[in-house]
Amino acid sequence: MISGFFLSGIIVWLAGALACLALWRKPATARCVGCGTALAGSLLELVGSAAAIFNDSPATIGLPFGNPVFSWTISIDPLSAFFNVTLGVLAAAVSLYSFGYLREMEGRRNLGAFGFFFNLLLMSLALVFTASNVFFFLVAWEVMALSAFCLISFEHEKTEARKAGVLFLIMSHAGTGLLLIAFLNLTSASGSLDFSNFYQLASSLSPLQQGAVFLLFLFGFGVKAGLVPLHIWLPEAHSVSPSNVSALMSGIVIKTGIYGMARVFFSFYGPPPIWMGTVVLALGVVSALLGVLYALMEHDLKRLLAWHSIENIGIILMGFGTALMFRSLDQPNLAALALIAGLYHTFNHATFKGLLFLGAGSVVQSTHTRNMEKMGGLIRLMPVTAICFLVGAVAISGLPPLNGFVSEWLTYQALLAGFGTTQSLTRLMFPIAGSLLALTAALAATCFVKAFAIPFLALPRSEQAADAKEASATMRAGMAVLAVGCVALGLGATWIVRVFDPITQQTLGVSASSAMVMAHGMALSPGTPHGGTISTTGMALLFLLAGAAFALPLAWRWRRRSVKGPTWDCGLPGLTADNEYTATAFSKPLRMIFSALYRPHREIQAEYEVSPYYPSAIRFESEIEPAFEKHLYEPLRLRIMALANRMRAIQAGSINAYLAYIFITLILLLLFGVRP
Amino acid sequence: MIERIVESWAQLILLLALAPLVTGVIRTLKARLQTRRGPGIFQPYRDLYKLFRKDMVIPETASWIFAATPWVVFFSTILAGLMIPMVAADAPLGLFGGVLAVIYLLGLGRFFLALSGLDTGSSFGGLGSSREMTISALAEPAMMLAIFTVAIGAGSTGLTQIAGAAIGQNWRFLAPAQMFAFAALAVVLIAETGRIPVDNPATHLELTMIHEAMILEYSGPYLALVEWAASIKQLVLMTLLINCFWPVGLQPAWFGFGALIGIGWLLAKLLFLSCAIVLLETVNAKMRLFRVPELLAVAFTLGSLALVSTFLF
Repeated sequence: MISGFFLSGIIVWLAGALACLALWRKPATARCVGCGTALAGSLLELVGSAAAIFNDSPATIGLPFGNPVFSWTISIDPLSAFFNVTLGVLAAAVSLYSFGYLREMEGRRNLGAFGFFFNLLLMSLALVFTASNVFFFLVAWEVMALSAFCLISFEHEKTEARKAGVLFLIMSHAGTGLLLIAFLNLTSASGSLDFSNFYQLASSLSPLQQGAVFLLFLFGFGVKAGLVPLHIWLPEAHSVSPSNVSALMSGIVIKTGIYGMARVFFSFYGPPPIWMGTVVLALGVVSALLGVLYALMEHDLKRLLAWHSIENIGIILMGFGTALMFRSLDQPNLAALALIAGLYHTFNHATFKGLLFLGAGSVVQSTHTRNMEKMGGLIRLMPVTAICFLVGAVAISGLPPLNGFVSEWLTYQALLAGFGTTQSLTRLMFPIAGSLLALTAALAATCFVKAFAIPFLALPRSEQAADAKEASATMRAGMAVLAVGCVALGLGATWIVRVFDPITQQTLGVSASSAMVMAHGMALSPGTPHGGTISTTGMALLFLLAGAAFALPLAWRWRRRSVKGPTWDCGLPGLTADNEYTATAFSKPLRMIFSALYRPHREIQAEYEVSPYYPSAIRFESEIEPAFEKHLYEPLRLRIMALANRMRAIQAGSINAYLAYIFITLILLLLFGVRP
Repeated sequence: MIERIVESWAQLILLLALAPLVTGVIRTLKARLQTRRGPGIFQPYRDLYKLFRKDMVIPETASWIFAATPWVVFFSTILAGLMIPMVAADAPLGLFGGVLAVIYLLGLGRFFLALSGLDTGSSFGGLGSSREMTISALAEPAMMLAIFTVAIGAGSTGLTQIAGAAIGQNWRFLAPAQMFAFAALAVVLIAETGRIPVDNPATHLELTMIHEAMILEYSGPYLALVEWAASIKQLVLMTLLINCFWPVGLQPAWFGFGALIGIGWLLAKLLFLSCAIVLLETVNAKMRLFRVPELLAVAFTLGSLALVSTFLF
């Protein structure tokens, strides 16, 4: 049954992709067909994968057109199924949203091509999560990268979209190259391309090779996940693509990197040396902190969200790194807790970041700008979008009782439990990582005060913002699905943790949920002997009760005693949008405090007529230094260009020279390559 | 179950009733130390009473966020207050969350206050929101390090367990780790409750104001709710500090004659801490905003020292 649902999902997507291509001359039909098949496929995958999580043995499917060396086998074990469920939920909501979102593009853009790549991307994602063979996995991985590339540069007449697409393609392929080397190492050790022969294999390699393969996998998957310092493609790609694609990219495409790490680190490796866990934890902390710090400086709504993806990948990796460390320290139960924290946050991030990107998409579509400084007051014109975005903002800030709080709380608990597991100084990493997670979460809350308040509250800052219209019904429905998801994943925490049992059983050999669910499913505990408890359900119930018993009746009574008046503003009359605090001003204190990182640069030019106190015109420019691009990638690019220039000498274009090269290569191969 | 409900109501009443008193006592003590007479310790009650009876003006530019915020702030602060041990080591709603939940619930309130500061469109509101969020974000790592130190000692983030582990060890606060952690949390308390040298709670209409700037547009009952929530938050953080580090007088349970002794001890300890705060506020001047990160860096260092001393000593 599981394979039936899975395969029919794949077939629906594939058929949808081809149908869209055939319908490219009829944009309206292509739009409906493309979104319809995407939605149907997602729902089929969702049902099939949800059943597969609790299936005892993994469902295995061999596609008929394989041969013994390059077989096309699919295996849906709990880990694959979990990521597929995440994909199904997000893709269903995004497809629903796309019905309305793409309508505006009808006639202006090739929606047939869009539908083709969109369905292809969904299909390749499902295959990446389930392929159980190196060859098949890399094929799916490439199809995913290429279809993502085409969707990123879908608005290809814009230079920034083309540039972002090419950057993504280069980075993505560099990552795939690393993965290829890593997989070849495993293949030569096992003599097979099947994942099933890799289990625990990496730990039998020599320590040096083991470490090298680990780093290759970490950085290979890290590129896709947006791990610092491999993240530079991410803010570019997520901001220029159509917003429904951004939601998919940020919600699930970067999670393929997380899936790869989970698969490799927790199945292909046995208990790893402790340095591996510490490296992952440290990179997680750095990604989380730098992600949020750069997000704070953005006023491009979508770039801001993209930087937050880097932050959240960091938080997920903090969970993974801690889990790896616990494996080294022989603490399977704690490893299960940390792994659950990481995976829970993966699902949560898919819901709230998908939601936020869809919300941003609605806003950008109706204001025609991504610049927050030109928005404002949208809560009145777009009430549903506003409330959905608010739910996402509260969730991503890790505030109770929504889902971000639960997974961050679990991460804290894992870090806290780590301190007692070892006597070495390594244990200092846990509390320090915890305190930096606290800083990250608090800065994220700061950033989302800005990201919600500046576009949605107060007065409109431009004419476009004043003329904004609410998103269409399907767009609102898509956002509402994810908003409900954020609430459900938060309040239903004690039900959700049971889902992770098969996964921890598969990877670590333990089940954690029975120790984590307390008080008849009312409270969640980390499962450690004295660990604290939380009850998001309880908090939400008390909020609702208090709201219904006190807030509503009193607010009703006070309504009669309240009058609307102009904003007092310390007695300054005539409030206009020009008086409002801007996003730049809001983040100014942090820009000054962290100036060592940002190296802000500003330029003010003022023109005077009479006195310098009354300038007639001011031009203000402020920018921060993109540290990684400037100090890491720019020198690297220059090196590569210089090398390429030097290599031009042998590419003279003379046919005789090329024949000589071929001859020399042949001789060398005969001498060294062919062994008797 | 019934006992829990009774406990919760008792602690709720204690929170609501005591919070304005603490504010009043601090104000009066401060006035006395500055050789003023002061308005008397019951003035905050009279202020709240007056505000609740007044009409209110809602800014035209504000949205429903502005009306929802006082409730969110008030309820989340009270919920946090029910999760801490006040009289008995057993916090009434300890099951619903420990020290992390308390911090994040206070964070929820702050999030909405900052939104409503920006909602009115007034530049003062934005200024307050920006500063409040910045300072609280920077206070967070120091707070978390100190909490980790305490939680490691007790083996839990549950406040019931933390206070339970501290009971009977009345001199434990002399341990180096505890003292460093206490100092770090004390600095964070000052920053979080907006007291000198970080923010001046007595200020109105100054460019240096933080919390007051955020709530500038509130009036009438909504202002009363916000002010009341602010004093409850102060009480919650003060109680957290004294009961985690100095559990003397903390009762094992809420019931019986012991509760009265517990309340007596609580009042005595709160008075002591209030005196310390008053002294600190009187001898210090308010810092420039951009010196505050340095103060919080000191708190972070203290937190790190606390952590290191847990296994050095």
